[in-house]
Amino acid sequence: MSDATAVKVREIRALIARHKRWDIVFGTIGVLSLMIGVLTFTVLFLDMLIDGAPRLTWDFLTSFPSRKPGQAGILSAWVGSTMVMIVTICAAVPLGVGAGVYLEEYAPKNWMTDLIEINVTNLAGVPSIVYGLLALGLFVYQFGLGQSVLTAGLTLALLILPVIIVATREAIRSIPAAIREGSYALGATKWQTAAYHIIPYSLPGILTGVIIGLARAIGETAPIITVGALTFIAFLPPAPLQAEPPFISFEWLLSGFTVMPIQMFNWTSRPEAAFQSNAAAAGVVLLVMTLSMNALAIYIRYRLRKNIKW
Amino acid sequence: MPENFVSDRLARRRLRHVQERIIEFILFLAACISVATTVGIVLILLRESYVFFQQVPLWDFLTDTQWTPLFSEARYGILPLLSGTLVSSAVALLVAIPLGTIIAIYLSEFAPFALREVAKPFLELLGGVPTIVYGYFALLFVTPLLQKIFPELPGFNLLSAGLVMGVMIIPYVSSVSEDAMRAVPMALREGSYAMGATRFQTALRVVTPAAFSGIAAAYILGISRAVGETMILAVAAGMQPNLTWNPMEPAATITAYIVQVALGDLPYGSIGYQTIFAAGLTLALMTLFFNVLGHALRKRFRQAY
Amino acid sequence: MVGTTAPEVSAAAAAGPAPVKKSESRNLNFFYGQFQALKDISMPIYEKKVTALIGPSGCGKSTFMRCFNRMHDLYPGNRYEGQIMLYPDNTDLLNRDVDPIEVRMRISMVFQKPNPFPKSIYENVAYGLRVRGHTRRALVDDKVEEALRSAALWDEVKGRLGDLAFNLSGGQQQRLCIARALATDPEILLFDEPTSALDPIATASIEQLIADLKEKVTILIVTHNMQQAARVSDYTAYMYLGELIEFDVTDTIFIKPKNKQTEDYITGRFG
Repeated sequence: MSDATAVKVREIRALIARHKRWDIVFGTIGVLSLMIGVLTFTVLFLDMLIDGAPRLTWDFLTSFPSRKPGQAGILSAWVGSTMVMIVTICAAVPLGVGAGVYLEEYAPKNWMTDLIEINVTNLAGVPSIVYGLLALGLFVYQFGLGQSVLTAGLTLALLILPVIIVATREAIRSIPAAIREGSYALGATKWQTAAYHIIPYSLPGILTGVIIGLARAIGETAPIITVGALTFIAFLPPAPLQAEPPFISFEWLLSGFTVMPIQMFNWTSRPEAAFQSNAAAAGVVLLVMTLSMNALAIYIRYRLRKNIKW
Repeated sequence: MPENFVSDRLARRRLRHVQERIIEFILFLAACISVATTVGIVLILLRESYVFFQQVPLWDFLTDTQWTPLFSEARYGILPLLSGTLVSSAVALLVAIPLGTIIAIYLSEFAPFALREVAKPFLELLGGVPTIVYGYFALLFVTPLLQKIFPELPGFNLLSAGLVMGVMIIPYVSSVSEDAMRAVPMALREGSYAMGATRFQTALRVVTPAAFSGIAAAYILGISRAVGETMILAVAAGMQPNLTWNPMEPAATITAYIVQVALGDLPYGSIGYQTIFAAGLTLALMTLFFNVLGHALRKRFRQAY
Repeated sequence: MVGTTAPEVSAAAAAGPAPVKKSESRNLNFFYGQFQALKDISMPIYEKKVTALIGPSGCGKSTFMRCFNRMHDLYPGNRYEGQIMLYPDNTDLLNRDVDPIEVRMRISMVFQKPNPFPKSIYENVAYGLRVRGHTRRALVDDKVEEALRSAALWDEVKGRLGDLAFNLSGGQQQRLCIARALATDPEILLFDEPTSALDPIATASIEQLIADLKEKVTILIVTHNMQQAARVSDYTAYMYLGELIEFDVTDTIFIKPKNKQTEDYITGRFG
């Protein structure tokens, strides 16, 4: 009896040793696979940094593009990106948050709501270039907005709308029902509850979504090309603030423009190596911008998870 | 006086009610923008494509092996663009699916807590890199590197664009797959471990099959990403339509063609202008198919647990 | 090897052939991080008998049971002190040198809620064999049939072994999980409140099954239901706040417990 058990235990131990080898093999493969991602990213960043380092000067940020690679800069590109982002924020944030609040707080359970929900999920999967085609047909020609800052900003707003809607809904959903009930119990209306409680409490979550959406928008190239951004722009759109009355001008909205990723694309597709190092420098600036925005969003979410325990 | 007081309150209540309804309606309109976007996409693509297909028979579009709409002797066969799209996507998926799956299994079943906490945000960052940056990397780093192995590889080729696109898609595949695996109830894992299974056996024989439809959805969303990706291909695979199944050749994809036309100056309403909408419609239908399939699978997975 | 620290069973009840110890916990302490969930537990498990663990919820009875197959090793921050001996080979199950997988290959477990795998009925039962690397079709077939018969499920499923296990009723799923646990010939079978998710009829059939199974295997069962403990077990342990209050022959525990706390719990004055 005891002998039989001993034999059995020995067999089991041999079996486990054999099987555990696979655990180690797979664990190693898993780490290596992760390392491929880390390595690719590191090489990508270093390669661009080395190629672009000589061009990363203050002049690069304050010069217009030029036929001479040594004098070219990204002034019109980052100014253009900033203006487009302003339009995108103004359009996407109210629409996205409004839609999110409607779907979570107001929407009745009917086919219309279902339709909107299916739509939001599907829109998130539409390739960005298709948004470009929509904007080309609708904003540029149908509405006659032309190839302008306004068109580009609205296009990117539509593109990131699903991101903001989903983030808003998730943030609202994490608010416990007790808070809502507390507000209603005091006689508040739906909108008062939403405006004074729901939206303020879900603000960090919404902010995360907005930042991730903007990080995506600022790096988007394809839809902006499709809309027809000019690739060579040696001027700035008219300033929104003027020295003379009425002091505020909206001309910049309809101005031609270029943005960072398009400037980079333009330089990348030039055969001269000198332009390519301009592309690398622009790429470093772009990458730092998008990555710091993403990192900020991840950090806010991390803090959020840590701090709030309802 | 008291009567006045009551009617005053009633009036204020009515005003508040009207206000509430107006706000609700405005929020409803905001929600409808997403539907309007979809309707807009469908209408614009269909309208321009309709004009296009009045001049080019659908049969020619689907079977002609040449795509030369900008030449004087114009031919409108989508096949060359389709082949470029499919080959580059295939290369990308050969990278993204195995690596994405392994990373997902590793992070969900093997990795220590601390590593997972670091790796997940990192993968998210990887997904946040602008695609034009990946395009630069493919053209000016990966292609020269590959040329050291294959000296006759041309400067533009589907292989390097596809490989880099694969790395870009890894985070999408791994995060959706990992979510599916983590959603598998702990009770199933405990059941497997209680039978004396190792981690690898549990991951392979219980968790992966249980999360199958979620993982399949991740793959399909990855495919949809690859088919719709634009800048990496426009930069690194060239813009020359080329009916080929060889990833070592340059070839334009549907997306790269749209970029090429948009960069030029085509007059509104010309047939050249309409081609990009016909190409866009093809692309939209392909991604729609994959998205619907992916969401159906995800839904089925959610119902199972 | 006689447990010096284990409480002795009252002599009157130990009529008939003296029971053989299959396993024994010795001064077992268990910690979830800083929290001590089990305090100095020593008690024997007798071979081919049913031992029940009872006590109010949160008393540590499930935690104690899950020490026997080292389930706590799956989660970080858990810590054992003391020993759980397995006889006849005198292995300390909690020893660092003993692989938890080795323990789980010798001691099977049936969970609170039926947890069949998303596989066919056949593959569910064959899982333990597959994990052990058995591939010979004839051998696996025989083992699956034998286990299903022992779990009183064979007649209900023999025609549809290829069906997905999810399609079975709750009671059938639980018997399937018992068959899965039996197929690998475990030395001890652990039941963690196996009927708490089942209706009365399914519960009755599982209880009958446990009574039949003790012919073949040593059984440890956690139950929140005192009547169930009285019906199925030979020995009963009453636990409270992580401590073992009293261990004895089931009849003694239920008819004339020595400890006032046990008596209060049994008679329903507390809990």
